[in-house]
Amino acid sequence: MGRSQAVGRGGDPRFGADADDTGCPMLHVDMDAFYPSVEIRRRPALRGQPVIVGGLGNRGVVSSASYEARAFGVRSAMPMTRARALCPHAVYLSPDFEAYTAASRAVMQILRDTTPLVEPLSLDEAFLDVSGARRLLGRPAEIAAQIRARVAGELGLTCTVGVAPTKFLAKLGSTRGKPDGLMVIPAAQVLDFLHPLPVAALWGVGERSAESLQRIGLRTVGDLAQAPISLLRTAVGEAAAAHLHELSWGRDPRGVQPEHVDKSIGAEVTFDTDLGDPGEIRKTILALSGKVAARLRAAGHAGRTISIKIRRADFQTLNRSRTLGSPTDVAREIFDTAWALYAAMPHTGPLRLVGVRVEGLVDGATAARQPELGAPQHGWREAETVIDAVAARFGGAVIRPASLLGGGDQARTENPT
Amino acid sequence: MKFRVERDALADAVAWTAKSLPSRPSVPVLAGVMLRVTDGVLQVSGFDYEVSSQVSVEVQGDSDGAALVSGRLLAEITKALPAKPVDIAAVGPHLELVCGSARFTLPTMPVEDYPSLPDMPASAGTVDASVFAAAVSQVAIAAGRDETLPMMTGVRLELNGSSLAMLATDRYRLAMREIEWSPEDPDISINALVPAKTLNDTAKTLGPLGGQVTLALAHGGAGEGMIGFAGGTRRTTSRLLDGANYPPVRSLFPATHNAQARVSVSALQEVTRRVALVAERTTPILLSFSEDGLVVEAGGTEEARASEAMDATFTGEALTIGFNPQYLLDGLNGLGAPTAVLSFVDAFKPAVLSPANDDGEIITGYRYLIMPIRVTR
Repeated sequence: MGRSQAVGRGGDPRFGADADDTGCPMLHVDMDAFYPSVEIRRRPALRGQPVIVGGLGNRGVVSSASYEARAFGVRSAMPMTRARALCPHAVYLSPDFEAYTAASRAVMQILRDTTPLVEPLSLDEAFLDVSGARRLLGRPAEIAAQIRARVAGELGLTCTVGVAPTKFLAKLGSTRGKPDGLMVIPAAQVLDFLHPLPVAALWGVGERSAESLQRIGLRTVGDLAQAPISLLRTAVGEAAAAHLHELSWGRDPRGVQPEHVDKSIGAEVTFDTDLGDPGEIRKTILALSGKVAARLRAAGHAGRTISIKIRRADFQTLNRSRTLGSPTDVAREIFDTAWALYAAMPHTGPLRLVGVRVEGLVDGATAARQPELGAPQHGWREAETVIDAVAARFGGAVIRPASLLGGGDQARTENPT
Repeated sequence: MKFRVERDALADAVAWTAKSLPSRPSVPVLAGVMLRVTDGVLQVSGFDYEVSSQVSVEVQGDSDGAALVSGRLLAEITKALPAKPVDIAAVGPHLELVCGSARFTLPTMPVEDYPSLPDMPASAGTVDASVFAAAVSQVAIAAGRDETLPMMTGVRLELNGSSLAMLATDRYRLAMREIEWSPEDPDISINALVPAKTLNDTAKTLGPLGGQVTLALAHGGAGEGMIGFAGGTRRTTSRLLDGANYPPVRSLFPATHNAQARVSVSALQEVTRRVALVAERTTPILLSFSEDGLVVEAGGTEEARASEAMDATFTGEALTIGFNPQYLLDGLNGLGAPTAVLSFVDAFKPAVLSPANDDGEIITGYRYLIMPIRVTR
């Protein structure tokens, strides 16, 4: 979503649905304003109105905005207070992840009906490699059109599809074709398409890198492509220089990875008002550890590295991590480590955000666990597995640590992770 | 200050003192070693507010005095000197060092800025240097290295009458050694938590010197929170760790066992090293004991696998138990005996490694406890 400013809307007939799609096996399917569209689908009265989904607390951020709201300048990741100033008459909704997950599953099923080579990037976008579906379903652009028709007809949602020789270009295509569009980037016209774009359109170029590149006079992808690599290195470093140079010539060897492998699982919260009370911070870390552990177990993962992240009132952000002797998916162990890491941080004032994350994931079922000396054979892990079972049957918060019982919880927004 | 000293004596003294200097000193003077000559004795000292070390060397002193120079530089220079007498003199703000035809001029730091070394606490007793060194090396291996758990980075000394016990654990394994020593006070009863790294370095230095090591430990009053070790011409002091809440780890040793195995230490070391090559850092090696002997295996269904059978005498019900291979090797290395006796309650409870003689008789005084890794298969 965030690239739309850099790429802009294209109306160029060279890249339309009828363009030559030979050698363009990569599709990028991106749902249009996914969260608001799901909301509008179940409340048709909202159609045509600006709809903004996100954290509604005073520190919330916009998760997604309908195109009507975007016309007022509202963008994802924008502070909610700013969205309200820009578009006071919009309909503001809290995210309903259950509904979005269900809708996403339906979308992904349509994509998997097309080809097993589907790589979901998030709830609302995915890459497809259709090189093997040609005989069965037709040319890539035809397949893209079929997908768009099925998503609209069966789910009442719109999406935009980019068709291109590589993943990176397909994603640029869908961004450029939005909303409710189809864009083909013919293999022969990749450079015509790519080189006029601003450098920020390239994958891996954020605000900072864009600034450093512009400082050395590289504004468009074409400028970057012609620049010597040594010059790029001075601006963005060795690894990024090689990567960007390749991308600028339309080269992107990555294939579609159907199995999305989690590298880490984490949870974090932003407090509506900065939190200074150590007791409350401890409770928050306890709750986050429980959440992360439950997610690990649900996904069948365990991890060795526990990390904690805090953001202070002045936005200074600190990360600390410790690697355990063996992988864990136990809330108690995650909490003990996370709390020790927090306690060892230099303490100055209240916090704006706290996050807990487990990295270095391995298969939880076969992971060897090194318990501490004297640990009981049936310990926290077994207790927590029972909690999982109870939660699955009776709903989320039936059993929790005693210190997390009772109301009066700090107002907070869980950040998307 | 001006003196002449033997090259080897100087190099040894400087190397030892410089080893404990901080690599990133909080104040520049702490990167220095202090050379002080009084009445024909050179004292070389280093200090980082945690650990101090000092060694005395007899010299031909022309004039008394002191100089503070970079410890690392002086250590490198003295190590490289030819085997000839070394003449050292403080000349203005420099230190002149002449050895044979080699001549060095080093900058010095202001002596008056150097903190005074802590006094040695009063002697609590003495222990045979080589016994002490061997015991420390058997125990310190089990101490933790994670600085965020400071209590686990220490070796606990328990001084009770003529018994000196050392314990260390990183929460996953525990080593305990009991030796005899000669306390000043026969009714002594003190515990102290000494940083394992310092204790290990000290024991390694003092052991080969032979003779006795003096343990200096303040018992309330001046020098509390400090321990000192002196042997030969060397002495070290170290700040103690806070061990007030050290867990009652002795109770972790199981009171009884249901199965026991006897294996050759060197054979099990060899097999473990070989089989562990396919074990990843966090995966266990599996030891399956039965009447037929021992099978050691590692690896998963999709990764590389290894297994090897070896002789072992075993009593009890057949048992498969998983260990972190490094923890097992550390324990075996510490036994210092030809035979290892492994005592088990079951596959989930801590196992005990004890040294035994060639006939399989347990040699008391050392035990190594190791928590098994739970294996799902």
